[in-house]
Amino acid sequence: MTETQPRLQAHSPEASAAKARRWGSFYFMEHMLRSMRAYAVTIVVTSVGNPLLYLFSMGVGLASIVDRSPSAHFAGVGYLAYAAPALLVSSAVMTCANEMMFPVMDGFKWRRVYYGPHVTPLVPGQLAAGHVMAVGVRLLVQCLVFFLIMLAFGAVRSPASWLVVPIGVLAGMAFGTPLMAYAARIEKENFQFSMIQRFIVMPLFLFSGTFYPLETMPPAMQWIGWISPLWHGNQLGRLATIGLMEPVWLVAVHVLYLVALGLFGIGWARRNYARRMAA
Amino acid sequence: MAGARTVRPPVISARNLVKTYGDVNAVDGISFEVPAGESFGLLGPNGAGKSTTMRMIGGVTQRTSGELSIMGLDPEKQGPEVRAHLGVVPQQDNLDEELRVRDNLIVYGRYFGLSHSYLAQRADELLDFAQLAEKAKARVDSLSGGMKRRLTIARSLINDPRILLLDEPTTGLDPQARHVLWDRLFRLKEQGVTLVLTTHYMDEAEQLCDRLIVVDKGKIMAEGSPSALIREHSSREVLEVRFGTDRNAAVAPQLDGVGERIEVLPDRVLVYTDNGEASLEQIRARQLHPITSLVRRASLEDVFLRLTGRSLID
Ligand SMILES: Nc1ncnc2c1ncn2[C@@H]1O[C@H](COP(=O)(O)OP(=O)(O)OP(=O)(O)O)[C@@H](O)[C@H]1O
Ligand SMILES: [Mg+2]
Repeated sequence: MTETQPRLQAHSPEASAAKARRWGSFYFMEHMLRSMRAYAVTIVVTSVGNPLLYLFSMGVGLASIVDRSPSAHFAGVGYLAYAAPALLVSSAVMTCANEMMFPVMDGFKWRRVYYGPHVTPLVPGQLAAGHVMAVGVRLLVQCLVFFLIMLAFGAVRSPASWLVVPIGVLAGMAFGTPLMAYAARIEKENFQFSMIQRFIVMPLFLFSGTFYPLETMPPAMQWIGWISPLWHGNQLGRLATIGLMEPVWLVAVHVLYLVALGLFGIGWARRNYARRMAA
Repeated sequence: MAGARTVRPPVISARNLVKTYGDVNAVDGISFEVPAGESFGLLGPNGAGKSTTMRMIGGVTQRTSGELSIMGLDPEKQGPEVRAHLGVVPQQDNLDEELRVRDNLIVYGRYFGLSHSYLAQRADELLDFAQLAEKAKARVDSLSGGMKRRLTIARSLINDPRILLLDEPTTGLDPQARHVLWDRLFRLKEQGVTLVLTTHYMDEAEQLCDRLIVVDKGKIMAEGSPSALIREHSSREVLEVRFGTDRNAAVAPQLDGVGERIEVLPDRVLVYTDNGEASLEQIRARQLHPITSLVRRASLEDVFLRLTGRSLID
């Protein structure tokens, strides 16, 4: 039994490099998650507060009016149950949009957080991947909390309804990762982000079949839903929580579209990170 | 190896390094070798290409042409393997201000795949080394400039690197903070760590470097130990005389023959000489009365002035 703690040794540079090649993305994720702890209170408050606020106003306010109207029919369920999964997906998309804009600029430009790990065994593509994974963890927690609150409000109808949680994460990423790739190319932030918020995120929120079915919009505007990851996510969410009936091909389109957009976004982001950081 | 002197193989070897940005030749054909354990400096003014060279060594900037080998590896092809050997102190601090002081070290160490148990111990050692132990739990944005710099240096040592790259380690620090840093760097040097540092402070280069290259506009102007460079390119002493900003240039021709060489700067005239006091006597004998005079030892600043006709710090 030794009295004093033995002096531990750093492993060899070769071992460092091998580990970094393999786990580098996770190391950066770990870093991002630690920094999120600095604004953990905000994260918790919004994750719990948003669903409470949304579901309360929908369930007690809007739903009580809508459900009284004899012509209203929302997939045969009450309005709260109809809107709730779409609100979960929307909140995931909005959170992801934020996490893929400002923190990316912070990494490259404002506080240059990416340039610390840049001179370690990590490579830029791993920073992109680690960033995505950390945001994924945040989305997962947020969607799970939202789902639990939906349960409490009695807004789910199906045993498979928990699937809305991964669906929310997927929809968030389908929107967020291409945005991240775009943000990685911005040299100077001249209101691009607030433009995106106002002219892309908000319209998508309003016109992606969140509050009413896409078909109730004029046909000339329905294309917005078709290109919007939010609509595809909303429909999948409803499929999970209220058993919304849709043809199998359409369900496949929803899933494939979201997966394709997410993969495209990650690939493009990795490339942009590598380019920008090799200059 | 019977009786053979151990020849130290270079840990860094660069041949004809070139880096072009658009039509700017940031680095324009630089070659050098650094043996293990040496303290090697790149001295040059703003825009000389020092940082660009440092970034190429770490493999984080692609070189336009030339050959580079760090521990026998090409940093462009084996970036992670090369960087695993290095500790890097960038010119601009990039600590994570959202994390606390100690957490900055831990998080950084994770990038080298080091275990939490090792890092807990190492972080405390390094905080002691950087004299930041009391600040372990402080937020980074509450630190002074000198403390941040020391933390950045501590961070670069988390993986016990045998090669440390320091890009302007003390720029922007007050004299006391610089001396603390120099002291820390001396200790590393004593432990056999190879130091590669850039600076545009000649005193820093003289203090820390065994050998250096003087770089200007991407090219090497001279190479050698600080004392050899001074011997080669300057006299032993320098007499600085001031006659007033408007008169310096007019008086200069009358100093002909005093010392070995005269250099006229806007605010003063430098007389290169082996005996400053004697030269001053000569000047007084010519009935020229400088407002102020100062005799000092020649420095790398004089070497740089000689080689480029310009001052190091503009
Ligand atoms: N990313 C870049 N894009 C374009 N030009 C660059 C870039 N980085 C450096 N340069 C140019 O290359 C030249 C050398 O720059 P570098 O930063 O290597 O100089 P330096 O010796 O480190 O200067 P300083 O003492 O100011 O830090 C400069 O002319 C600079 O403008
Ligand atoms: Mg520089």
